[in-house]
Amino acid sequence: MTTAPLLTLLSLTPLVGGLVVLFTRKEAARKAALGFSGLALFEALHLLLRFNSATPQMQFEEEHAWIPALQVHYHLGIDGLGLLMVLLSALVVPMAQLLSSRSVERPHVFHALVLFLQAGLFGTFTALNFFHWFIFWELSLIPAYFLIKLWGGPQRVAAATQFFLYTLVGSVAMLVAFQAIYLATDSFDFQVLAKIGSSGELAAKLGQLHLGGITGHSLVMLVFAGVLLGFAVKVPMMPFHTWLPSAYAEAPSSVTMLLTGAMSKMGVYGLLRLVLPLFPAQVREWQTPLLWLAVGTIVLSACAAFAQKDLKRMLAYSSVNHLGYCLLGIFAVAGVTGTDARWSLEKAAALNGVLLQMFNHGITAAALFGFVALIEQRSGGLCGLDDFGGLRNAAPVLTGLVGIALFASIGLPGLSGFVGEFLIFKGAFALVPWAAALSALGLLMTAVFLLTLVQRVFHGPLNERWSGFADLTWPERLMVTPALGLMFLLGIWPQLVISFINTGSVQAVAWLAR
Amino acid sequence: MRGLWHNLWLIPALPLLTAGITSLLKQPRRKAAATLAIGSMAVSFLLSCLAFAGTLGGEAARHIHNFAWFQMGSASLQLGWMLDPLTAVMLVMVTFVGLLIFIYSVGYMAHDENFTRFFCFLSLFAAAMLGLVIANSLLLLFICWELVGFASYILIGFWYQKPSAAAAAKKAFITTRIGDIGLFLGMLWLYKETGTLLFYDNGQGCLEQSALTKLVGQTIGGGMAVSTAISLLIFCGAIGKSGQVPLHVWLPDAMEGPTPVSALIHAATMVAAGVFLVARMFPLMSTGPTMETGGTPVPLTTALAVVTWLGAITSTFAALIAVAQTDIKRILAYSTVSQLGFMFVGLGVGGVAVGMFHLITHAFFKALLFLGAGSVIHGCHEEQDIRRMGGLRKFMPVTFATYAVGMMALSGFPLLFSGFWSKDDILHSAWQWPVSKGPFVLAAFGALLTAFYMTRQMCYVFFGESRTGFQPIPAEHGNDRVGQPGSLSYVTPHESPPVMTLPLVILAVFAVLLGFLGTPAWPWFQSFLNGENAHFGLAHLSHALPTMLLSTLIAAVGVGLGWRLYGAKPIESAEQRDILQEKQPTLFRWLRDKFYVDELYERTVIALNADWARLCDFFDRWVWGGAVKLVSLAAQGFSDLSKLLDEFVVNGGFDASCRRVTGGGKLMSALQDGQVQNYLRAVALAVVALVLALLWGCK
Repeated sequence: MTTAPLLTLLSLTPLVGGLVVLFTRKEAARKAALGFSGLALFEALHLLLRFNSATPQMQFEEEHAWIPALQVHYHLGIDGLGLLMVLLSALVVPMAQLLSSRSVERPHVFHALVLFLQAGLFGTFTALNFFHWFIFWELSLIPAYFLIKLWGGPQRVAAATQFFLYTLVGSVAMLVAFQAIYLATDSFDFQVLAKIGSSGELAAKLGQLHLGGITGHSLVMLVFAGVLLGFAVKVPMMPFHTWLPSAYAEAPSSVTMLLTGAMSKMGVYGLLRLVLPLFPAQVREWQTPLLWLAVGTIVLSACAAFAQKDLKRMLAYSSVNHLGYCLLGIFAVAGVTGTDARWSLEKAAALNGVLLQMFNHGITAAALFGFVALIEQRSGGLCGLDDFGGLRNAAPVLTGLVGIALFASIGLPGLSGFVGEFLIFKGAFALVPWAAALSALGLLMTAVFLLTLVQRVFHGPLNERWSGFADLTWPERLMVTPALGLMFLLGIWPQLVISFINTGSVQAVAWLAR
Repeated sequence: MRGLWHNLWLIPALPLLTAGITSLLKQPRRKAAATLAIGSMAVSFLLSCLAFAGTLGGEAARHIHNFAWFQMGSASLQLGWMLDPLTAVMLVMVTFVGLLIFIYSVGYMAHDENFTRFFCFLSLFAAAMLGLVIANSLLLLFICWELVGFASYILIGFWYQKPSAAAAAKKAFITTRIGDIGLFLGMLWLYKETGTLLFYDNGQGCLEQSALTKLVGQTIGGGMAVSTAISLLIFCGAIGKSGQVPLHVWLPDAMEGPTPVSALIHAATMVAAGVFLVARMFPLMSTGPTMETGGTPVPLTTALAVVTWLGAITSTFAALIAVAQTDIKRILAYSTVSQLGFMFVGLGVGGVAVGMFHLITHAFFKALLFLGAGSVIHGCHEEQDIRRMGGLRKFMPVTFATYAVGMMALSGFPLLFSGFWSKDDILHSAWQWPVSKGPFVLAAFGALLTAFYMTRQMCYVFFGESRTGFQPIPAEHGNDRVGQPGSLSYVTPHESPPVMTLPLVILAVFAVLLGFLGTPAWPWFQSFLNGENAHFGLAHLSHALPTMLLSTLIAAVGVGLGWRLYGAKPIESAEQRDILQEKQPTLFRWLRDKFYVDELYERTVIALNADWARLCDFFDRWVWGGAVKLVSLAAQGFSDLSKLLDEFVVNGGFDASCRRVTGGGKLMSALQDGQVQNYLRAVALAVVALVLALLWGCK
């Protein structure tokens, strides 16, 4: 295509924006940052309008030789999955900026880091070559680290360090694994790798390598495990999730919106973009243990959420639980090969469900943490489950709007959460009934702890301490309206998103069939 | 009206639109909210009547309209609505009872500050319930099913300031969701096996012959047919929603909501949704072995047997508990649980028509009883304890008369009242059930208890002398609404305004008349649901006469016993112990404390869940988290070790060589100390030395 390099521009917008914001006056930083993320949102919507949803091919592709000797090309492109993630990142960042505290210290640095993070996200979701994809993947980690470490709660240093090291271990494992893949295939290109991955050629080539005395099947599985680990930490999948509750709880709520709304999707995105296409047979080989981990992620995190005494920790576990459904869907579709139309339908349903769930969870979880930010601004940072009580008396509008987001999270039909979960379960139940049936317990537990949250924080007589608790102002209501509107819109009319992800899911299923 | 079924969606859409608009209205716009809600409900009622009329004409029995919701892969997910006799009957019932309760609420909620919000929630409920009724897809039905559950949650918790209401709302949502998980899995399984969730789709639907044949043919482990397994899972949803044992615990607590809510949602419509679900899925539930009795094949499937037995057990169990309750609404709540059990028995032994007939008659007389109870509570200044009422027939004549009609209907007072005919129909079918007489015995005992506890309630509330002026009695277990001692002054009960009594009168008329639509002599209702023409014939009557006599006897014994114990000698004071309590203290305690089911759950399921949650949290913090910490500690130890190595081994050698270099450097730098005279001296010395050397060398 000989059009303008839209995707490069998209990633550059927040990158340049971040640099500009860094040197603006402190008072103007927030507005300037919003200007740049608004521009990025505009660009993302422009992509949506120009996107051709009839084809599963990569679109808006840019490819330039960069380091030819190493097969490193600057290669960008998006399909339905990429577009969906770009849209999500473009939506969540301005939301987080709007809901971030106005009294944040060093606002120019804060907002510059948020924009750098967005640049990392855009880069990750558009890159098609491992080399610069990995740079962006790591680039998004660094601003997140500083955002937690510099603006976080009392335990922020420990939380930030744990977050950084944990993710880094995963990244290093992945990096080493990709070195091996490069040695075997001489390629860093995702599309090339996906093609030879689905045909089994990748595994064959990897098996011929000799690395440190390991070869053959065990080397293939080792490389697979390395790639998987990188993403499993990021999602996170049990038992690699322990960094998450403290990171989400210690980060300022607006940063947690970014972590849960957009960054957690990088892991699921990687599983869909790399693990499933590159290692279909290997996922199949480990399917049962992986499904057990997915079920554990869903059920145990929902149980652990019930034991939390802090709003943010509870919602953090809720986030783990919701992404667990994505894991369930992804591991379920790897199970059956062949082109039987019936299985293909179930797989396509599950994959559509996973994508919808990624987007819906991004919006819903970001909105929920946004509400926590609003509550914290009124309570002076308190967000314990027992610190409140009866807030509905003082703030009925806040309660009503939080209620919408909570019930979207519970999966009430009519709101966005239901459709994604239904499709995942539809596919997963047909493919692996036992895993779906066990995971259904998670649906119950989610309702238990989220309704407990409502009961303790909002219902009952008003805690005297908060008799002056202010309800949402009109500007605040407007800030959360787009997210709530999307919850209704996608709950009632999911075709809006499905229309541009469906062809991609169908193609992914076709690749998996081999 | 032809073609109305094309636009059947309007019936739920109107209340939904109202709910949307009302949610944006400000609180003071009371009149607008009430007018909109009642107006849209009235229009929905008219449309429902038209739809009903359309099904009478003897046209094709079922109209369907399907549409695609969204794509998935190469197929699309279909939803749809339909109009058949079952839908039509439910539509008319829900809109009519709903309309009356909406009108009643204007009076009942007049003093509530969240009046506008109340009508918003009620409209949302009505929309979801009507959607549930017209759904031609199990998925659409499930969607609406969850939405009625949500509406129930927000309405039970309407007075959210009360901790008991907030707790009851949560309990209701979660208890029903336990059942819903079963329904959800059943739906997924059905979808997997049949490839569609449409009930009827011109031969391709999941309730049509080809799909059913396939489902019966397959078996899972233990030789159970797939159709049975799916039916049982779907029935789980009905157990939760319709408050059957063991998930009945939420329904009595749901009485924390405003009384119109109890009448509409927790008596007449939503709780009956479970019965409706079984009726809707009846083709699936009844596929399997049959037995010939009297020339007609009777389905004898495991699924229906489970439905029957569970219903029978619940009908007696809940009736027993109702005997010893003292809260006017809780008595009715347990009565509802018990009557829902009757409906399930009816479905299990007699088919759709028998169960649905009781559903419809019950909806009217139970709504009547609840609204009557609301009127009583209103008139007694928010008093709900029947021990502190008494003698109300003098103060509230209209309420008394209509309540008496409802009580007779519920007790199954013969011939005149609708409850007699529908309950008799169930008992008659249960008697003929070829498998076991157990459900008949249980249901008959339940019917006896029903007549007994309703008589007890009537005596406490309406007969004797007024006890409203007595000092409140101390708190007792299971009685959570007790005022401060001495805070109640003597109050005179008063009759409710016409906006509340008029719906009572209308419902009372129907509580009588509806019965005549389904008598054995002219079983119009049953024939209508089965798509047949009804014939008048006294011959049927003689066939049914033995059970009719038995039903009459049961009602008479129940009422007689109740009157002997509670009516013959009027209750004198609120503190007076119940006469059953005098005679059978242990039994009474068990009944009053609801067989301790709540306590059992508290100690087992809930406690286990909390422990398990703490365990998960502990595991995360200390086992997984501990492992990570251990690894990081090990890494840190390793790096400390290497630091020591660096300092003493590597750096040792390095430092030594460094020292040598530094020493040399120092020497050199000492030479270059920046003193020009020293440099000059050195240069001079060097020149001298050079000259001497040269001279030496030239020799």
